Amino acid sequence: MNKEFLIKYIYGIADNALILGQRLGELTGHGPTLEVDIALTNTSLDLFGQVRSYFQYAAQLSDEEITEDDIAFLRTEREYLNVLLVEQPNRDFAFVIGKQFLFDHFHFLLLTELQKSHDQTLVAIAKKSLKEVSYHKRFSSDWIKRLGDGTEESKQKMQTAIDDLWRFTDELFHLTENDKKAIKEGIGVDVSKLKETYYKNVAEVLEEATLDVPELNYFQEGGKKGIHSEHMGYLLTDMQYMQRTYPGMKW
Amino acid sequence: MVEEKVHIEEELEPILKKVSDPEIPVLSIIDLGVVRSASLNGNKAKIEITPTYSGCPAMDVIGDDIKTALKDAGYEAEVNLILAPAWSSDWITEEGRKALEDYGIAPPMDATSDKKALLGEERIVKCPQCKSTNTHMVSQFGSTACKALFKCDDCQEPFDYFKCLI
Repeated sequence: MNKEFLIKYIYGIADNALILGQRLGELTGHGPTLEVDIALTNTSLDLFGQVRSYFQYAAQLSDEEITEDDIAFLRTEREYLNVLLVEQPNRDFAFVIGKQFLFDHFHFLLLTELQKSHDQTLVAIAKKSLKEVSYHKRFSSDWIKRLGDGTEESKQKMQTAIDDLWRFTDELFHLTENDKKAIKEGIGVDVSKLKETYYKNVAEVLEEATLDVPELNYFQEGGKKGIHSEHMGYLLTDMQYMQRTYPGMKW
Repeated sequence: MVEEKVHIEEELEPILKKVSDPEIPVLSIIDLGVVRSASLNGNKAKIEITPTYSGCPAMDVIGDDIKTALKDAGYEAEVNLILAPAWSSDWITEEGRKALEDYGIAPPMDATSDKKALLGEERIVKCPQCKSTNTHMVSQFGSTACKALFKCDDCQEPFDYFKCLI
């Protein structure tokens, strides 16, 4: 079996968790309250833990002598395959929660399906991660309701964030050529089939939060093909700094 | 509750019982349920552990502590991290639950009660200090990934609740 496509498929899943985890990590010490600060960085830690499992597996599959750290820290921007949504800047708390909420609902559906993969390592990671992501989803959904159905100001800010981030949601369900190959091999998840359930679930929470469900007909994409938004370069500069300055550095 | 069969070599059990989770020093790794197997071949011990949460930073320390403990007892140790089956809070032993409560951490409840407690539907989490159930959740995420933060409305003490993960 050609392992290249499997490695690439793993990057496609893991990079989302890695980049979102990095964005959440930026909040360490900057959360609006101590409890929220801890919650967001705990979520980041869960995501990084999942990333390690994926990248350890990818390193094992690779013919090159590489480690999880090489994969996480030493690729170039074009080699990261995360969706545009997760690399968006934090801006304000409504954006942090909006981004998290829109990703968590997708993440939950993806991992639920990944449990049916023919690749047993991916099944194990999915089963483990799903338990954690259930907590993430509950946390972000609760905050959507609290801010949406809160004060006039919190509602307006939450609505702005959702409206702004909505254009990145369609990409979650796009299939790359590599995804199609992975689906054919019985390893990958056909994310295009999750779209309907996703928008239904997300709309339910937004309605309960008394927020409007955006009606957009234009969407942005590119991340899955390695073509990122202008924010990605800055994020990587920050994230890769230590590895590039002190090559081979370990925890 | 799924019955998980864990094989732990009798000879190794007392040694592993002395190794604890660095974040919850009163709980041995056996009682926490993270040791999934411990086998012995001559003086070569092979231990399999599984993380409670994917990003649990304690796993590396636990791995090192196991190696040290076994080395001190004259064994050569190999520690492997396994992911399947995924850890469940059901694997915490009765003894472990008691140790948690004595230490000031409310032990995990069953999944249904846990959900009700974390969603704030029912006040059922018992304060480990004064044993009152007049408590409320402050945050779903506590001092470590595996805990939620609660506060007792009777004795006013904040405390950690070990989240249910099944």
